[in-house]
This record gives sequence, C-alpha cells and structure tokens, in this order.
Amino acid sequence: MKNLIYLKNVVTLQLDENKCTGCEMCLEVCPHEVFKMNSSHVVIQNRDACMECGACSRNCPFDAISVESGVGCAAAVINSLLGRDASECGCSIEAGGSSNKQGGCCC
Amino acid sequence: MNNTEKRSCSENKISFPIIAEDSICCSAATEAQIIIPGLDQQFVDGTINASAGNLPQVSSKLKWQDIWGTFKARFGVGRMDYTVDPGLYALDNPDNNSPVFVTANYKMSFDYLRRELPGRNAWILVLDTKGINVWCAAGKGTFGTEELVRRIESSGLKKIVSHRKLILPQLGAPGVAAHIVKQISGFKVYYGPIRAQDLPEYLDAGMKTTPQMRIMTFPLKERAVLIPIEVMAALKPFLIITPILFILGGIGGPAGFWANAFNYGLFAVLAFLCAIIAGAVIHPLLLPYLPFRAFSMKGFALGFVATIILLYLRNINLHTGTGRIESLAWILIVPAISSYLAMNFTGCSTYTSLSGVKREMRWALPFQLAAAVCGLATWIGSRLIT
Repeated sequence: MKNLIYLKNVVTLQLDENKCTGCEMCLEVCPHEVFKMNSSHVVIQNRDACMECGACSRNCPFDAISVESGVGCAAAVINSLLGRDASECGCSIEAGGSSNKQGGCCC
Repeated sequence: MNNTEKRSCSENKISFPIIAEDSICCSAATEAQIIIPGLDQQFVDGTINASAGNLPQVSSKLKWQDIWGTFKARFGVGRMDYTVDPGLYALDNPDNNSPVFVTANYKMSFDYLRRELPGRNAWILVLDTKGINVWCAAGKGTFGTEELVRRIESSGLKKIVSHRKLILPQLGAPGVAAHIVKQISGFKVYYGPIRAQDLPEYLDAGMKTTPQMRIMTFPLKERAVLIPIEVMAALKPFLIITPILFILGGIGGPAGFWANAFNYGLFAVLAFLCAIIAGAVIHPLLLPYLPFRAFSMKGFALGFVATIILLYLRNINLHTGTGRIESLAWILIVPAISSYLAMNFTGCSTYTSLSGVKREMRWALPFQLAAAVCGLATWIGSRLIT
C-alpha cells in the first residue's frame, strides 16, 4: 500500500547527470523516493512514482532536473479546458513559476 | 479581517535580484513596514512583546471553535474562506533561539501544525496563500520563494530571532527554492517532515528527517476524511437532477403517471445515488485494492458492479425488450458517473502526476460523456416506446 503507482511511462521528469553535483537536495524534497544516490550523482530509480510536483527541479541549485510540473487533478484540467483558471480548491494545473517548462494545457 | 492586511506596496522594500520581474508593486517604498497579524482572531490567546511589536500568541491546544471549523471545512462549509492572518505568531513563549516554522494561512494547516507542538516554544511564520493549504499553494506558487522572502521582511523576523533557520514542511518544496531564499534573505531552509505529527521527533533528532518522514503515503484515514467533500460536490448536481428523473420516470410506460414515477423515476434516483456512492465513497476507501491504474477505470469497474447488483435487486425481466433496454441504459449511465467521480479524486490523491491525469482524461472524458448521453437517451427512449 505504501507504493501506490499511477500510470506507467507518462512522467516528464528529466535528469541531466552531467550537471548534477550530488548535493542530494532532490532526495530531500522528493515525496516518492524517485531518486537515489549513485557514487557521485543521483540517478532516477523509480520514474513511474514521480507525481511531477516539481519540488526537485525548483530546489536543484544546479539546474540539473527538469519536469513539466503541475497538479495532477482532473477537476483542475477540466477547469482549464473550460477556460476557468482555478478549481474550487484553488489549484490550477500550471505550476506557479519557472520549472524548466510550463505544464500548460493538454489537447 | 484585520486591517493591517490591507497592504498596498509598502511591504515590498527588498529587491529581488533573481526574481525581479515577478515582484509587482513599486520598489520605491523605503522602509519595510512590519505587518502584525490581527490580535482579535478567535484563536489568539494573548500577546507577546517582541522587537517587532506585540505579536499574537497562540497555544498548541485547539479550542472547540477550531475543531468545529475543521469539521465544517471538511464538509465544504466556509472552506474557501477559512483563513488566518499572514505574519508571525508566537507559539507559547518563544525567545530569539526558538525554531521558526513556516506554514500556509489555511486555518486547518495552521491548526494542524500547532496541535502537534505541545510544550514547545516556537515562532510560526504564516505565508499568505489565499487560504489554500501548503501542498496546493506550493503547486500554485503562492506558498513560494517570493512570498516567503517578502514575509521574512514584513514580519520583522530578522530582529526577532538570532539564528537564520526556517523549518518548512516538505510539501512546500514545489513552490520554494531553498537556495534562492538563502541567497536573498540569508535564511537557510530546512525541509521538515511531510506530516506535522512527526515534528517532535524531527526536532528531538536535531532537525533530521528519517526516510519514513519524507515519503508521502495515502492511508485509509487520509482517504476517508476526503469523502465528505467529494460527496458534497456530487450532491449539488444530484439534487438538481432528482426531480427531473422523477418526472421523466412518470412519462410513458404502462401505468399512470404517479405509479410510473414511483417505479421508474424512483429507481432512476436510486441508481444515481448508487453511482455517487460507488464513485465518491467506495472508490476512495478501496483505492489501493481496486484493479487498474487509471482512476476512471477503477470507478468504472465499481459502477459496473454496483449496476449489476442494483439490477439484480430490481429483478428486471430480461426476457422483455423494455427490460433489456432499461438494463442497458443503467449499465451505461451508472459506471459513467462513478468513473467521472473517481477520476476527480486524482486531485485529492497523493501520487497522480499531471501528465498521467491528462493521458487518462484524453480517452476517459469522451468515453464517460458518450456513455452517459447514450445511456440517458436509451432510458428516455425506453420510457416513451412502452
């Protein structure tokens, strides 16, 4: 039960291992143990567990991680399709600032 | 609302070398005005004299109003306006060495934080997240670097504590770039545990998290508390559609209007209710044990099973044409609704990605719409041909 996994092979997470210095900041902020430490840098050990929250890319001081972050919420996606900018819970699907890419509208 | 909150540009003294283009307002204001949260808020016990002025003092003990407020918010009553004033609060009797916790100005976030810190003296820095919880606000960016840096200034925190450490909930990390906060404000961000209940252990371990504290789970209890809000959301359209179904059930059919309405119309209402229970109650409860990965499929499966049980209980005569058509209608409608409701639970879950939700919705939404429309048309048709 601890390892609930959503759909496979959809996540947009990218790690540039050349830029990574192994500071382990991403390990600290990731809520799903997506990364693990290799000898000198981190590697992605569980890509499908990623929920694209964007915590790792925002907190990477070396810009080694990119992900199209956003809130995985169907109601928010529907709202954006309907042209409303936020659902009742206040979540909009686009993350507030600059991850490397913006999670924009689908379709 | 506290009128110190009606700020214009005055609090924006510091310049943001990195996020300068984001900082709205005039940068001309010279002296950062200290903004003190309202002292007349229901949960404030007293004041504490700090260099920034008299700050509101709160305790870790929740009052009945707090508990009642949480209860109401769980049912969606006043939930969008359930806020505390942003700014700095004292938890019991902190001094200049006490730890500083950062949280959102959703009242439930604030309450859950202080509730877990009995017997601890600390400062609580509340960011203005427009009444949204830490996780959603971080995703949105309102629980973010800019607001944090600004709030450090406007709260006068630098004069109040001698250290330069902030404890943030780990779930605030999507909005906050720790290295940039350090660069601008000099404060080092420590990401604490995901759950406030782990805070005492975290503090006692010298601000060290264990792997357990950092992993987001979704246990039964956390899923269950989300059910009321899901049901309330589904109930509104349900109440609108109930009389329509009742009337449609009365039209056509073998017997008189009222006999038909109570037979077919009432069953239709019952079927809708079943769809809501399957999608908004059973689905969250059984989430980890249901087959399929996509939430809409989980909901569809549940709705299908519910329909079969429902039709069995109704004892429909499948040998007649109308019986078969009516059954077909419900096999289309009920799973479509429960599938849609289950899909909406992705927003509450703690492990769905936006890419995944979009992938799922691309086929699920047209499918749900088509099934619901076809089913409804079939049912209305079956009412008219007999």
